Amino acid sequence: MKTQCQECGAEINVPDDIMVGEILTCPDCGGNFEIASKSEDKIELKPAETIGEDWGQ
Amino acid sequence: MVKVCVLYDKVRFEEKALYDTAKKKGIKAQIIDAKTITVNNESKRKTLQLGDVVLQRCISHFRGLYLAACLEFLGFIVINKFKVGETCGNKLITSLTLAKSKIPTPKTHFAFSAESAIEVINTTGFPIVLKPIIGSWGRGVFPIRDEEVANMFIEMREENDSPLARIYYVQEMIRRPPRDLRCIVVGDKVVTAIYRYSAENEWRTNVSRGGKAEVAPITNELEDIALRAAKAVGGGILGVDLMEDEKRGLLVHEINNTVEFRGASNVSEADIAGAMIDYALTIAKR
Repeated sequence: MKTQCQECGAEINVPDDIMVGEILTCPDCGGNFEIASKSEDKIELKPAETIGEDWGQ
Repeated sequence: MVKVCVLYDKVRFEEKALYDTAKKKGIKAQIIDAKTITVNNESKRKTLQLGDVVLQRCISHFRGLYLAACLEFLGFIVINKFKVGETCGNKLITSLTLAKSKIPTPKTHFAFSAESAIEVINTTGFPIVLKPIIGSWGRGVFPIRDEEVANMFIEMREENDSPLARIYYVQEMIRRPPRDLRCIVVGDKVVTAIYRYSAENEWRTNVSRGGKAEVAPITNELEDIALRAAKAVGGGILGVDLMEDEKRGLLVHEINNTVEFRGASNVSEADIAGAMIDYALTIAKR
Protein backbone atom coordinates (compact mmCIF):
# COMPACT_ATOMS: atom_id res chain seq x y z
CA MET A 1 0.00 0.00 0.00
CA LYS A 2 1.08 3.58 -0.58
CA THR A 3 0.06 6.85 0.99
CA GLN A 4 0.91 10.50 0.61
CA CYS A 5 2.98 12.58 3.03
CA GLN A 6 0.86 15.26 4.73
CA GLU A 7 3.86 17.61 4.85
CA CYS A 8 5.47 17.42 1.41
CA GLY A 9 3.16 15.26 -0.67
CA ALA A 10 5.77 12.58 -1.37
CA GLU A 11 4.65 9.01 -1.86
CA ILE A 12 5.32 6.79 1.19
CA ASN A 13 5.39 3.00 1.01
CA VAL A 14 3.41 1.46 3.84
CA PRO A 15 4.50 -1.98 5.12
CA ASP A 16 1.62 -4.50 4.95
CA ASP A 17 1.87 -5.43 8.62
CA ILE A 18 1.85 -1.86 9.97
CA MET A 19 -0.45 -1.38 12.95
CA VAL A 20 -2.58 1.52 14.12
CA GLY A 21 -0.37 3.51 16.52
CA GLU A 22 2.88 2.83 14.67
CA ILE A 23 4.92 5.71 13.29
CA LEU A 24 5.54 6.16 9.57
CA THR A 25 8.39 8.41 8.45
CA CYS A 26 8.41 10.20 5.10
CA PRO A 27 11.64 9.29 3.26
CA ASP A 28 11.69 12.71 1.54
CA CYS A 29 11.04 15.26 4.29
CA GLY A 30 11.50 13.13 7.44
CA GLY A 31 8.02 14.01 8.74
CA ASN A 32 6.65 11.52 11.28
CA PHE A 33 3.05 10.35 11.15
CA GLU A 34 1.04 8.09 13.37
CA ILE A 35 -1.22 5.51 11.72
CA ALA A 36 -4.66 6.75 12.82
CA SER A 37 -6.72 4.05 11.11
CA LYS A 38 -6.20 1.21 8.68
CA SER A 39 -8.52 -0.77 6.43
CA GLU A 40 -7.98 -3.14 3.50
CA ASP A 41 -7.19 -0.40 0.99
CA LYS A 42 -6.95 2.80 2.97
CA ILE A 43 -4.72 4.21 5.61
CA GLU A 44 -5.22 7.43 7.56
CA LEU A 45 -2.33 9.40 9.05
CA LYS A 46 -2.12 12.04 11.74
CA PRO A 47 0.95 14.05 12.75
CA ALA A 48 2.95 12.06 15.33
CA GLU A 49 3.58 13.50 18.78
CA THR A 50 6.99 15.09 19.07
CA ILE A 51 9.48 13.44 21.42
CA GLY A 52 8.70 14.55 24.96
CA GLU A 53 11.16 15.21 27.76
CA ASP A 54 9.67 12.25 29.63
CA TRP A 55 9.89 9.79 26.72
CA GLY A 56 11.77 6.59 27.23
CA GLN A 57 11.71 3.49 29.30
CA MET B 1 -10.52 -16.69 29.50
CA VAL B 2 -8.18 -13.94 30.64
CA LYS B 3 -8.09 -10.90 28.39
CA VAL B 4 -4.82 -8.97 28.15
CA CYS B 5 -4.65 -5.31 27.16
CA VAL B 6 -1.48 -3.73 25.80
CA LEU B 7 -1.76 -0.02 26.52
CA TYR B 8 0.38 2.19 24.27
CA ASP B 9 0.80 5.76 23.15
CA LYS B 10 3.20 4.88 20.33
CA VAL B 11 3.47 1.35 18.97
CA ARG B 12 7.12 0.32 19.06
CA PHE B 13 8.71 -3.08 18.42
CA GLU B 14 7.93 -4.07 22.02
CA GLU B 15 4.19 -3.32 21.99
CA LYS B 16 3.79 -5.10 18.67
CA ALA B 17 5.75 -8.11 19.97
CA LEU B 18 3.59 -8.31 23.12
CA TYR B 19 0.33 -8.11 21.17
CA ASP B 20 1.46 -10.58 18.48
CA THR B 21 2.79 -13.02 21.10
CA ALA B 22 -0.48 -12.95 23.06
CA LYS B 23 -2.44 -13.67 19.88
CA LYS B 24 -0.07 -16.50 18.88
CA LYS B 25 -0.62 -18.05 22.30
CA GLY B 26 -4.35 -18.02 21.63
CA ILE B 27 -5.02 -15.45 24.34
CA LYS B 28 -7.69 -12.79 24.00
CA ALA B 29 -5.65 -9.63 23.53
CA GLN B 30 -6.27 -6.05 22.58
CA ILE B 31 -4.03 -3.08 21.98
CA ILE B 32 -5.43 0.27 23.09
CA ASP B 33 -4.22 3.84 22.55
CA ALA B 34 -3.75 5.49 25.97
CA LYS B 35 -4.28 8.88 24.32
CA THR B 36 -7.96 8.01 23.73
CA ILE B 37 -8.80 7.15 27.36
CA THR B 38 -10.58 9.47 29.77
CA VAL B 39 -11.47 8.70 33.37
CA ASN B 40 -13.34 10.64 36.03
CA ASN B 41 -13.51 10.10 39.75
CA GLU B 42 -16.98 8.57 39.48
CA SER B 43 -16.04 6.24 36.60
CA LYS B 44 -16.75 2.56 36.97
CA ARG B 45 -14.45 -0.18 35.77
CA LYS B 46 -17.03 -1.53 33.32
CA THR B 47 -17.06 1.77 31.37
CA LEU B 48 -13.56 0.95 30.11
CA GLN B 49 -13.13 -2.23 28.09
CA LEU B 50 -9.57 -3.02 29.10
CA GLY B 51 -9.86 -6.71 29.92
CA ASP B 52 -8.48 -8.38 33.04
CA VAL B 53 -4.88 -7.23 33.05
CA VAL B 54 -3.29 -4.14 31.55
CA LEU B 55 0.32 -4.02 30.34
CA GLN B 56 1.10 -0.31 30.66
CA ARG B 57 3.57 0.43 27.85
CA CYS B 58 3.40 4.20 27.30
CA ILE B 59 6.56 5.83 25.99
CA SER B 60 5.62 9.00 27.90
CA HIS B 61 6.54 8.36 31.54
CA PHE B 62 3.98 10.71 33.07
CA ARG B 63 1.15 9.64 30.79
CA GLY B 64 1.73 6.00 31.70
CA LEU B 65 2.24 6.78 35.38
CA TYR B 66 -0.93 8.78 35.95
CA LEU B 67 -3.03 6.56 33.74
CA ALA B 68 -1.86 3.60 35.84
CA ALA B 69 -3.06 5.49 38.95
CA CYS B 70 -6.48 6.04 37.35
CA LEU B 71 -6.81 2.43 36.20
CA GLU B 72 -5.82 1.10 39.60
CA PHE B 73 -8.46 3.42 41.11
CA LEU B 74 -11.00 1.68 38.88
CA GLY B 75 -9.81 -1.73 40.06
CA PHE B 76 -7.76 -2.82 37.06
CA ILE B 77 -4.63 -4.91 37.50
CA VAL B 78 -1.88 -2.81 35.92
CA ILE B 79 1.65 -4.04 35.15
CA ASN B 80 3.63 -2.32 36.43
CA LYS B 81 1.82 -0.87 39.41
CA PHE B 82 1.63 2.93 39.77
CA LYS B 83 3.91 2.81 42.81
CA VAL B 84 6.57 0.85 40.90
CA GLY B 85 6.43 3.36 38.03
CA GLU B 86 6.71 6.25 40.46
CA THR B 87 9.83 4.77 42.06
CA CYS B 88 11.57 3.65 38.88
CA GLY B 89 10.73 6.82 36.94
CA ASN B 90 12.68 8.90 39.44
CA LYS B 91 16.40 8.24 39.87
CA LEU B 92 16.53 9.93 43.28
CA ILE B 93 13.70 7.78 44.68
CA THR B 94 15.22 4.69 43.04
CA SER B 95 18.61 5.37 44.65
CA LEU B 96 17.04 5.81 48.08
CA THR B 97 14.93 2.65 47.65
CA LEU B 98 17.94 0.57 46.58
CA ALA B 99 20.05 1.86 49.47
CA LYS B 100 17.28 1.16 51.97
CA SER B 101 17.14 -2.46 50.76
CA LYS B 102 20.95 -2.70 50.90
CA ILE B 103 21.27 -3.33 47.16
CA PRO B 104 24.79 -2.39 46.01
CA THR B 105 24.45 0.89 44.10
CA PRO B 106 26.80 3.76 43.19
CA LYS B 107 27.37 6.43 45.83
CA THR B 108 25.07 9.30 44.94
CA HIS B 109 24.70 12.80 46.36
CA PHE B 110 21.54 14.85 46.24
CA ALA B 111 21.72 18.63 46.34
CA PHE B 112 18.95 21.19 46.25
CA SER B 113 20.62 24.38 45.04
CA ALA B 114 23.32 25.29 42.55
CA GLU B 115 25.68 26.34 45.36
CA SER B 116 25.33 23.09 47.26
CA ALA B 117 25.65 21.08 44.03
CA ILE B 118 28.96 22.81 43.25
CA GLU B 119 30.13 22.25 46.81
CA VAL B 120 29.28 18.53 46.60
CA ILE B 121 31.05 18.20 43.25
CA ASN B 122 34.19 19.99 44.46
CA THR B 123 34.30 17.97 47.66
CA THR B 124 33.75 14.65 45.89
CA GLY B 125 36.31 15.37 43.17
CA PHE B 126 36.41 14.54 39.49
CA PRO B 127 35.28 12.75 37.42
CA ILE B 128 31.64 12.64 38.53
CA VAL B 129 28.35 12.05 36.73
CA LEU B 130 25.46 14.50 36.71
CA LYS B 131 22.03 13.05 35.92
CA PRO B 132 18.53 14.50 35.75
CA ILE B 133 16.29 12.78 38.31
CA ILE B 134 13.66 12.10 35.64
CA GLY B 135 14.62 11.15 32.11
CA SER B 136 15.49 8.21 29.90
CA TRP B 137 17.68 7.10 27.03
CA GLY B 138 20.69 8.71 28.72
CA ARG B 139 19.26 12.16 28.06
CA GLY B 140 21.07 14.79 30.15
CA VAL B 141 23.43 12.22 31.70
CA PHE B 142 26.87 13.82 31.58
CA PRO B 143 30.32 12.80 32.76
CA ILE B 144 32.02 15.84 34.29
CA ARG B 145 35.79 15.86 34.43
CA ASP B 146 36.71 19.34 35.66
CA GLU B 147 35.42 22.33 37.61
CA GLU B 148 34.93 24.57 34.60
CA VAL B 149 32.61 22.09 32.89
CA ALA B 150 30.81 21.45 36.20
CA ASN B 151 30.07 25.16 36.58
CA MET B 152 28.81 25.31 32.98
CA PHE B 153 26.39 22.43 33.46
CA ILE B 154 25.08 23.76 36.78
CA GLU B 155 24.53 27.17 35.16
CA MET B 156 22.64 25.53 32.30
CA ARG B 157 20.48 23.64 34.77
CA GLU B 158 19.72 26.86 36.66
CA GLU B 159 18.48 28.43 33.45
CA ASN B 160 16.18 25.53 32.72
CA ASP B 161 12.49 26.27 33.30
CA SER B 162 11.75 22.93 34.93
CA PRO B 163 11.81 22.97 38.75
CA LEU B 164 13.17 19.42 38.59
CA ALA B 165 16.30 20.78 36.90
CA ARG B 166 17.22 22.38 40.25
CA ILE B 167 17.31 19.03 42.01
CA TYR B 168 20.87 17.80 41.57
CA TYR B 169 21.75 14.10 41.36
CA VAL B 170 25.52 13.70 41.47
CA GLN B 171 26.89 10.19 41.19
CA GLU B 172 30.36 8.76 41.53
CA MET B 173 31.92 7.70 38.21
CA ILE B 174 32.23 3.93 38.28
CA ARG B 175 35.46 2.42 36.99
CA ARG B 176 33.96 -0.16 34.69
CA PRO B 177 34.56 -1.83 31.32
CA PRO B 178 33.01 0.13 28.39
CA ARG B 179 29.72 -1.65 28.92
CA ASP B 180 26.90 -2.15 31.39
CA LEU B 181 24.41 -4.94 31.99
CA ARG B 182 20.67 -4.94 31.35
CA CYS B 183 18.68 -7.70 33.05
CA ILE B 184 15.11 -8.22 32.01
CA VAL B 185 13.28 -9.35 35.11
CA VAL B 186 9.79 -10.75 34.79
CA GLY B 187 8.22 -11.61 38.16
CA ASP B 188 10.76 -13.75 40.00
CA LYS B 189 12.85 -14.68 36.94
CA VAL B 190 15.70 -13.08 35.02
CA VAL B 191 14.52 -13.81 31.47
CA THR B 192 17.67 -12.59 29.79
CA ALA B 193 20.72 -10.46 30.42
CA ILE B 194 22.70 -8.47 27.90
CA TYR B 195 25.85 -6.42 27.89
CA ARG B 196 25.42 -3.01 26.32
CA TYR B 197 28.63 -1.63 24.81
CA SER B 198 28.96 2.12 24.23
CA ALA B 199 29.06 3.33 20.65
CA GLU B 200 32.24 4.98 19.36
CA ASN B 201 32.90 8.40 20.93
CA GLU B 202 30.04 7.82 23.37
CA TRP B 203 30.39 7.10 27.06
CA ARG B 204 26.73 6.17 27.64
CA THR B 205 25.73 2.60 26.83
CA ASN B 206 22.05 3.11 25.91
CA VAL B 207 20.95 1.15 22.83
CA SER B 208 19.03 4.32 21.86
CA ARG B 209 22.46 6.04 21.66
CA GLY B 210 23.93 3.42 19.38
CA GLY B 211 25.00 1.00 22.13
CA LYS B 212 25.53 -2.56 20.92
CA ALA B 213 23.94 -5.52 22.68
CA GLU B 214 25.56 -8.88 23.38
CA VAL B 215 24.20 -11.78 25.44
CA ALA B 216 25.58 -11.91 28.97
CA PRO B 217 25.70 -15.01 31.16
CA ILE B 218 23.19 -15.00 34.01
CA THR B 219 25.53 -15.76 36.89
CA ASN B 220 24.24 -16.52 40.38
CA GLU B 221 25.53 -13.14 41.56
CA LEU B 222 23.76 -11.32 38.73
CA GLU B 223 20.50 -13.19 39.23
CA ASP B 224 20.53 -12.59 42.97
CA ILE B 225 21.18 -8.85 42.78
CA ALA B 226 18.78 -8.26 39.86
CA LEU B 227 15.93 -10.09 41.59
CA ARG B 228 16.58 -8.34 44.89
CA ALA B 229 16.63 -4.96 43.13
CA ALA B 230 13.38 -5.72 41.28
CA LYS B 231 11.73 -6.78 44.55
CA ALA B 232 12.97 -3.64 46.30
CA VAL B 233 11.08 -1.36 43.88
CA GLY B 234 7.90 -3.45 44.04
CA GLY B 235 8.43 -6.08 41.32
CA GLY B 236 6.75 -6.71 37.98
CA ILE B 237 8.29 -6.47 34.52
CA LEU B 238 11.50 -4.50 34.86
CA GLY B 239 14.79 -3.69 33.20
CA VAL B 240 17.47 -3.73 35.89
CA ASP B 241 20.65 -1.92 34.78
CA LEU B 242 23.94 -2.72 36.45
CA MET B 243 27.59 -1.75 36.17
CA GLU B 244 30.63 -3.90 36.88
CA ASP B 245 32.75 -1.96 39.35
CA GLU B 246 36.41 -3.05 39.26
CA LYS B 247 36.55 -3.52 43.03
CA ARG B 248 33.01 -3.85 44.34
CA GLY B 249 31.50 -6.04 41.61
CA LEU B 250 27.95 -5.49 40.44
CA LEU B 251 26.15 -2.25 41.26
CA VAL B 252 22.55 -1.47 40.28
CA HIS B 253 22.21 2.07 38.94
CA GLU B 254 18.78 2.18 37.38
CA ILE B 255 15.56 0.19 37.03
CA ASN B 256 13.30 0.71 34.03
CA ASN B 257 9.53 0.56 34.41
CA THR B 258 8.51 0.10 30.75
CA VAL B 259 11.56 -1.82 29.66
CA GLU B 260 12.52 -1.72 25.99
CA PHE B 261 13.81 -5.05 24.72
CA ARG B 262 14.42 -4.68 21.01
CA GLY B 263 18.20 -4.67 21.49
CA ALA B 264 18.00 -7.73 23.76
CA SER B 265 15.66 -9.57 21.34
CA ASN B 266 18.15 -9.15 18.51
CA VAL B 267 20.81 -11.11 20.36
CA SER B 268 19.03 -13.24 22.97
CA GLU B 269 17.28 -16.50 22.26
CA ALA B 270 14.97 -16.02 25.25
CA ASP B 271 11.29 -15.54 24.50
CA ILE B 272 11.10 -12.16 26.25
CA ALA B 273 7.61 -11.14 25.10
CA GLY B 274 6.34 -14.68 25.80
CA ALA B 275 7.59 -14.52 29.39
CA MET B 276 5.90 -11.14 29.87
CA ILE B 277 2.55 -12.40 28.56
CA ASP B 278 2.75 -15.56 30.71
CA TYR B 279 3.47 -13.37 33.73
CA ALA B 280 0.47 -11.12 32.95
CA LEU B 281 -1.77 -14.21 32.82
CA THR B 282 -0.41 -15.48 36.14
CA ILE B 283 -1.04 -12.12 37.81
CA ALA B 284 -4.57 -11.90 36.37
CA LYS B 285 -5.45 -15.36 37.68
CA ARG B 286 -4.22 -14.66 41.24
